[in-house]
This record gives sequence, structure tokens and C-alpha cells, in this order.
Amino acid sequence: MKSRFIASLLLGTALTVAAGSIASAGDKTVKIGALSDQSGLYSDLGGPGSTLAAQMAIEDSGLTAKGWKIDVISGDHQNKPDIGTSIARQWFDVEKVDVVVDVPNSGVALAVNNVVKEKNGVYINSGAATSDLTNAQCSPNTVHWTYDTYMLAHTTGQALVKAGGTSWFFLTADYAFGAALERDTTAVVTANGGKVIGGVKHPLNTSDFSSFLLQAQSSNAKVIGLANAGGDTTNSIKQAAEFGLTKGGQKLAALLLFLTDVKSIGLDIAQGLNFTETFYWDMNDQTRAFSERFAKRMKNGAPPTMVQAGVYAGLSHYFKALDALGENPHDGIKIVDKMKSMPTDDALFGKGEIQPNGRTIHTAYLFEVKKPAESKGPWDLYKLVGSVPGDQAFTPLDKSACALLKK
Amino acid sequence: MQALYAQLLVGLINGSFYALLSLGLAVIFGMLNIINFAHGALYMMGAFCAYFLLNLGGIGYWWALLLAPIIVGIFGMVLERTMLQWLAGLDHLYGLLLTFGLALIIQGVFQNFFGSSGLPYAIPDQLRGGMNLGFMYLPVYRGWVVIFSLVVCLATWFLIERTRLGAYLRAATENPTLVRAFGINVPRMITLTYGLGVGLAALAGVLSAPINQVRPLMGENMIIVVFAVVVIGGMGSIMGSIITGFALGVIEGLTKYFYPEASNTVVFVLMVLVLLVKPTGLTGRAA
Repeated sequence: MKSRFIASLLLGTALTVAAGSIASAGDKTVKIGALSDQSGLYSDLGGPGSTLAAQMAIEDSGLTAKGWKIDVISGDHQNKPDIGTSIARQWFDVEKVDVVVDVPNSGVALAVNNVVKEKNGVYINSGAATSDLTNAQCSPNTVHWTYDTYMLAHTTGQALVKAGGTSWFFLTADYAFGAALERDTTAVVTANGGKVIGGVKHPLNTSDFSSFLLQAQSSNAKVIGLANAGGDTTNSIKQAAEFGLTKGGQKLAALLLFLTDVKSIGLDIAQGLNFTETFYWDMNDQTRAFSERFAKRMKNGAPPTMVQAGVYAGLSHYFKALDALGENPHDGIKIVDKMKSMPTDDALFGKGEIQPNGRTIHTAYLFEVKKPAESKGPWDLYKLVGSVPGDQAFTPLDKSACALLKK
Repeated sequence: MQALYAQLLVGLINGSFYALLSLGLAVIFGMLNIINFAHGALYMMGAFCAYFLLNLGGIGYWWALLLAPIIVGIFGMVLERTMLQWLAGLDHLYGLLLTFGLALIIQGVFQNFFGSSGLPYAIPDQLRGGMNLGFMYLPVYRGWVVIFSLVVCLATWFLIERTRLGAYLRAATENPTLVRAFGINVPRMITLTYGLGVGLAALAGVLSAPINQVRPLMGENMIIVVFAVVVIGGMGSIMGSIITGFALGVIEGLTKYFYPEASNTVVFVLMVLVLLVKPTGLTGRAA
């Protein structure tokens, strides 16, 4: 009995080894790591929804039918750069992950950027905002898919200055993202003849903004720029309404606002806010079809945010590159170069391209939050008011400080 | 100068939440000797309870102020009966670990169903709008929060320090066996006390629902600050926790004005300083 057991063990081992050697001949295995804030203030805009988006990208790629074996694992970086980098390291070293996706929180995103470069993996960032990812800190292994601070500043910010919002006061989240968004928006404001008359930096994940809002109020600035995100933005907007800032004639600039944020503020208070996104579920038949499939599999029935959509679209493009290469070379730079050489075209973001610095450019849309009477369903929240072509919305290559461009 | 007055007032508003929560903690610690780490989760449950009452039962804010603390208080009493009572007489660490675990479980369950971004809860019609105080625009609702929580805090203090029932309670913590000999049901009294402390947390939750988002993690950040408040005020001291709650709200408010980057940490810096100088807290007696 015992010898039989050992024999079968040996056989099993032999088979596994054989399977391994077959796989390495034309390696068609891929492992995806969805790294996100799984439980904190950004978990609704990325989080488990991003893992689902990755899963759906695998299913829709059709690669499984062609003999590819693709897995996705997820990790919680808890908005801490040290945790993010140690998960990423472990993924590359132990789990043999090929591609890291999502990674909201610019602080974590920049830290992980270095790890992926060092390990020659692929990094498809969707959740982080900082334009530094494709600028001063660009990497040949990185594709920054969905949006960035430069784009937000040059769409929402520019529109507000042109509409007469010439003096600004910033409420800025006190970390890499807030700093980048404030910097990029300040540049736009001053370039368009406006000026920044003050600002206050608040800690990440603040629940009470009344002190900061009072300072903004007494500054008499025409526009209060919210250089924060997620729960911080929703709380600022809600409490600004409570303290009568908007009634007093000051305008709020929600520089970065996600679908789940608008939902949680409620249309009563959010109505009329202008902001920019690169994806909204209710744009056309294709986005609606995808969003319906997505929402069915989400626990709370929410349609995808632009970050989650970006994970799907970014990975879909990655799979196209792998399909074109015919196998997984496990060489990040090679795959990213392939991705850059192919124009992007997917159901969610439409046509675009990945620039040499890793920046994906596609159309940015200006939205306005609907009035409660205009909304026909629980997630019918935006109306489209304009669009900016990708090459005008994102950093022009001649202004990018990315070292990859100087070759 | 005007801005300073405004910041002081805003500090008082935050202070009312700190006071209500730390009061509940102080009551529970004083009477049960349990460090109730589930307090933040129960505070969150109070807010969710108000949300459910409104959206499922059509019951508005005013009834929620009464019902949510009762419902969550009963939940707390069930916790006490089924779990916490077995820890009586054991080291503080056991109570801490149990309640911390409970908090993680409760928050996890809510997060699983409601995500993290929060649900909207409107300010009741009667308390909408605001008034101009000359130095600032004060939303009526915030003024209400300060006055209401001050009244609740003082009433609780009066109940425990000045009434016969309170005297029994305090006696029961000193010497339960002797109090039982007088024919008083001590275990039931302890259960009710835990219910009261939990009810206070839920009440704070309802009060904060219209201001903050109703979200599963709303208690998580709060609880750490509130523990610092309790430590500074002196563990188990009722008046100490009320005064420290309001005072720290004001200090935090001033920090947000003068050096906003430190507003997250100022409470803890104070805590360290107080512990260095007076380890029993400002109003605490030596154990």
C-alpha cells in the first residue's frame, strides 16, 4: 500500500515536471496581480471591482481558448507605499506575477513603479492620478492607462478659469497625488490669467473638513479647488454645501470625481458639479453592455468606475500584445514596447494610442452631475457636456520630462 | 481674530462627538472594567441604523435619535450576555482582544455589503439652513449637535454621579458581592450599563450621519482618537472624559488652523505629554 502511494507521488511529480517543461517551450501562462486599496477610502473606485474587471478581461480576451493559462490574484496595499512595494516584490519573486494592474493612490503607485522596473515586469496603472508616472519618473515597463493630474487640470481646471473662476484656493490631500494635482492645476490657472490665493493641506482620509472649509470661505477665492479624491472629496463637497460656501457664490472645482463618489454624495448636493472622466458606463451600447455584465457580478450592483474600466481596457490591450507575440516572453520591456506599437481600440475607451512615455491617450469627457429630476435610475448620474481629444487633454510629448523620450 | 472664533466653534462641534463617544467608553470601563474596542463599530451601527430606519421603515431622524440607540443598545446587551460577561475578572487584555475582534468582524460584514464610499443621509428639514453669527456661518444642524450632546453628556453624568441608581452602580463596581447581598441584581445592572454605553455610541452615530457619510469605516478613525481622549481624561472618569472630549476638539480645531498637517497627530502628542507628566490622566485617580 505504502509503496503504491510513493509510486503515485513519484508519478505525479514526474508529470508536473513534464508539464512544466512543455509550458516553457512556448510559454502561454500569465499571472496578473491586481494591487489596490481593498478596504479603505479608494476601495469602491478600484478595489474588488478592479479584480473583477481583470477577471472579465481574461474571459473576454479569448486567449484561454487558444491554450493560454491566465490567473489573477489580488492584494491590499492599504494606501501604504511600504506595504504596496513588499506585496509587489513578493508577487514577482514568489508568485511569478507578470503584470501588476490598477494601484490607486499615487504614493503607492510611484513606489510600485520602481519595483516593477527593477523586476522587468509590466505595470498597467489605472487608479493612480499623478502625471509623474509618465513624466519625471517614467519607466519603460509602465503604461498609465486611465487619467492623470495633467489631464484633470487641463480639462476641468481650464474650463473653470475660462468661465471666470480667476482666483483659486486649494484643499489638497497631503501626499504625492494632492501635490501633483495642485501643481498641475496651478500651472493651468496661472497660464490662463488666474491666480492662486491660498490653500491648505489636509491629512489623507479626513472626515471633518469644516475647519479647512472655513479657511477657504474667508479667503474669498472664487473657486475652491479640491485636490483630493474618494471619501475626502465627498466629505468636502457635502460639508461645503452645509457651510453655505456655494450659496455664497464660491464655486467648487471637484478636480477628480468618480461615479461612486457622486453616488455617495447624492444628487441633491452634487447636482451641477462639473468634472472630467475618460469613461462613463452610459456612453454607448458597448459601454452599457459591458457595465451591465459587470454590475451583475458586483456585490452591490454598481457599474464600473473609470478606474475599473481602465483595468479591463488596459489588460485587454496587454492580451492583444501577448497574442501578437504568440507566447509570454516574461520580459516586461518587450511586452510594453509591443503594446506601444499597436494602436489602442477597445469597447470602453474607444480609439487611442500609448505614447513612448507610457501615457495612454484617449478622449476625455466633461460631465455635469444631473439634477435629481433628470435622473432615471440609481446610477443615472451624469450628463455629457463636452469632450476634449486625447492629444489636447494629456501632456504633449515636447513638454514631458520623461527620459525615455530623449533616446 | 474672527477666523479664530470660527475655528473654536468648529472645534466644539467635533468635540461633542469625542465627548459622547469617550463618555460611553468611560462608563463601560468604569463599571465593567472592559476596554471596549468595539465602540467605533457600534457608533457606525448607530448611523447605519438611522439609515435603515429611514430607507426601509420611513422613520425619520427624530425617531431614529431615540430608536437607533435602543436597537444598537440591545445588540450591545446581547454581546455582553453572550460573550463579555465571561471575561469578568480576567486581565484587561482579554476584553480588549475580544472587542477588537468584534469590531473587525462587524466592520467587515458591513463593508462586504455596503462598500466603503458611504451612503447619503439628509439633514432633517427642521435643522436645515444656517445662521450668520457675524464671524462665521453656522449650519443650524451643527449648533444642534453641540447643544444636544452637551445635554446628553450632563444627563449621563447626573445619572451616574448624583442618583440612587448611579450610586448602586458605583457600589457594584467597588464590591459586587456586598451589593448583591443587599438584593440587587448586579449582573443585570452591568448588562444595562453596557447597553447604556453602547447606546451613547449609537446616538453619536445618528448625530453624525447627516454630517459625515454613513460608511462602514466611519468609526475606525474615530475610535483611536477617542481612546486618546479617554486616556488623557483619565480612564473611567465620567466628567473627565466629557471635558477632555470638548477640549481636545477645540485644540484639534486650532491645529487645523495654525498647522493643518499636524491635525491628525496633535491629540496623540498631547496624550504622550499627559502620560509622561500624569500617568493616571488629568482627572484620574491612582488605581
